[in-house]
Amino acid sequence: MSWLNRVRNAIPFIAKKADTPDNLWQKCPSCGQMIFQKEWDENLSVCPRCEHHGRIGPKARFSHIFDEGTLKLLPTPVVKEDPLKFRDSKRYTDRLKAARAATTEQDALLNGIGKIEGQQAVVGVQDFAFMGGSMGTAVGAAFVAGVKEAIKRRCPYIVFTAAGGARMQEGILSLMQMPRATVAIQQLRAAGQPYIVVLTDPTTGGVTASYAMLGDIQIAEPNALIAFAGARVIENTIREKLPEGFQRAEYLLEHGMIDMVVHRKELKPMLAKTIGYLSGAKAA
Amino acid sequence: MISYLDFEKPVAALQARIDELRETADDGAIDIDAEIEKLQQRSTTMLAELYGKLSPWQKTQVARHAERPHFRDFVSAMCSDFMPLAGDRAYADDKAIQGGFATISGRKVMLIGHEKGNDTASRVKHNFGMGMPEGYRKAVRLMELASRFGLPVVTLVDTSGAFPGVQAEERGQAEAIARATEACLALNVSMVAAVVGEGGSGGAVALASANRVLMMEHAIYSVISPEGCASILWRTADKAADAAQAMQVTAQQLLTLGVIDRIVPEPLGGAHREPQVAIQALQKAITEELRTLDGLSGTQLRNQRAEKFLALGS
Repeated sequence: MSWLNRVRNAIPFIAKKADTPDNLWQKCPSCGQMIFQKEWDENLSVCPRCEHHGRIGPKARFSHIFDEGTLKLLPTPVVKEDPLKFRDSKRYTDRLKAARAATTEQDALLNGIGKIEGQQAVVGVQDFAFMGGSMGTAVGAAFVAGVKEAIKRRCPYIVFTAAGGARMQEGILSLMQMPRATVAIQQLRAAGQPYIVVLTDPTTGGVTASYAMLGDIQIAEPNALIAFAGARVIENTIREKLPEGFQRAEYLLEHGMIDMVVHRKELKPMLAKTIGYLSGAKAA
Repeated sequence: MISYLDFEKPVAALQARIDELRETADDGAIDIDAEIEKLQQRSTTMLAELYGKLSPWQKTQVARHAERPHFRDFVSAMCSDFMPLAGDRAYADDKAIQGGFATISGRKVMLIGHEKGNDTASRVKHNFGMGMPEGYRKAVRLMELASRFGLPVVTLVDTSGAFPGVQAEERGQAEAIARATEACLALNVSMVAAVVGEGGSGGAVALASANRVLMMEHAIYSVISPEGCASILWRTADKAADAAQAMQVTAQQLLTLGVIDRIVPEPLGGAHREPQVAIQALQKAITEELRTLDGLSGTQLRNQRAEKFLALGS
């Protein structure tokens, strides 16, 4: 700490450094370009220079997707916290506390109900900023609650995935969220409602190997990392370098795993159109 | 001769001493039978003590023991008939995941499971039990077949995980696993899964989303390998024992958590010491569990699975 800061901090009525808007600029994580925060936000957190799609949380996503003033947040289901009393270098409960403080969210999946170009949908958004978006019992419970709401309202369920995988701190119970979410998808299907997945950067592990790959329509954001096994694990297994563009959205499109790669600016009309087609028989 | 695990060293030492004495006894006229008998008893007691309080990490080693019975051993001892079926009808036949019609205790079933292999050549052939997408797609095909023709599905889970490789990713490993999990849950017939060795992550749950989930006494079942968990959360794989402890991977812990339904006892010192005894115990358990599901309709069986998995973690 410099002497200037020390003096500054000692004087209560002088604004501390943290209070001044240090978020005036945003540095693009991909090309390094400095961009005015306002411009970055207006551009939906996409770099105007290199088109890098920045990671965003539920609130920004809802504002991009839903018609203005239509959003209603769904309450986050309460689950038994820290079922295994897990502790590594830190306590799991402390990690949860820190993630909640940092994101102001309860856990890594938040549902909202709203309208997309006039059509109702329940949208779940996974937040990578919350413990890497990892899927534990809270995420599983939120997913099930989102699907239930969609069945009740007879509208589609759309999920934006972003996760490193299962939440190791919940052990086997996080693995069990794979079949759990799958049961919910089957119920949505039985109710005749569409399930749309939008894969965002990054979506890996147990999340990819369950609800992220079971959509009626599979959409991905440009250059999003979408994988089952992480690149490092694969390199360690096969001991060779990975091909260019491996496990990116365009690579998955090329290999037949998704329907389309859609720029964030085009997402809302594309979702609206998709919902339109999937409710076509009913609407016509 | 059985290969001993690290924590079994005292037993191994004792056993070596017994063997030595036996040789001496054969050579000469000295009567040391009583001495041998005493040592043998001590060895058995020691093994019972060790196996009575195995740590999760020790169980991991038992579950991975090279001489543990694998799919092929279970089939030959448990099934009066096995008719293998092959291929996913799209790309290839994956040797890591085996399946086919089988008769267990006089009952016709669809049997599917991971095969790790028993020696170097067969381990390579079966890719160490790590399934490829085509293996999971074969499983889906066989499950759908079973469902249409009213055959119960029995699975034997034994994998460190689905294979992490370029081609596996290219052909949609994640999607294949997701569809296999879905296929388990969609069955109109009963399904009993048994984790017989390692239940590793998504590659295991894809064949284990069943009405009844059994585990062998010393099997493990976890979201990630203890080494994998340790290298992420502790930043070193050396902490695998701590990770195994923290994650709760043993049959006993999973029964308490309500994730599995039944533990199948293993002979003293683990299934690899007396494979036939272990396999018989599993056969009995599977037969009994299938019987408890008899008489339930397709809808009832599906609902039972749905309710069971929806409740896990609520």
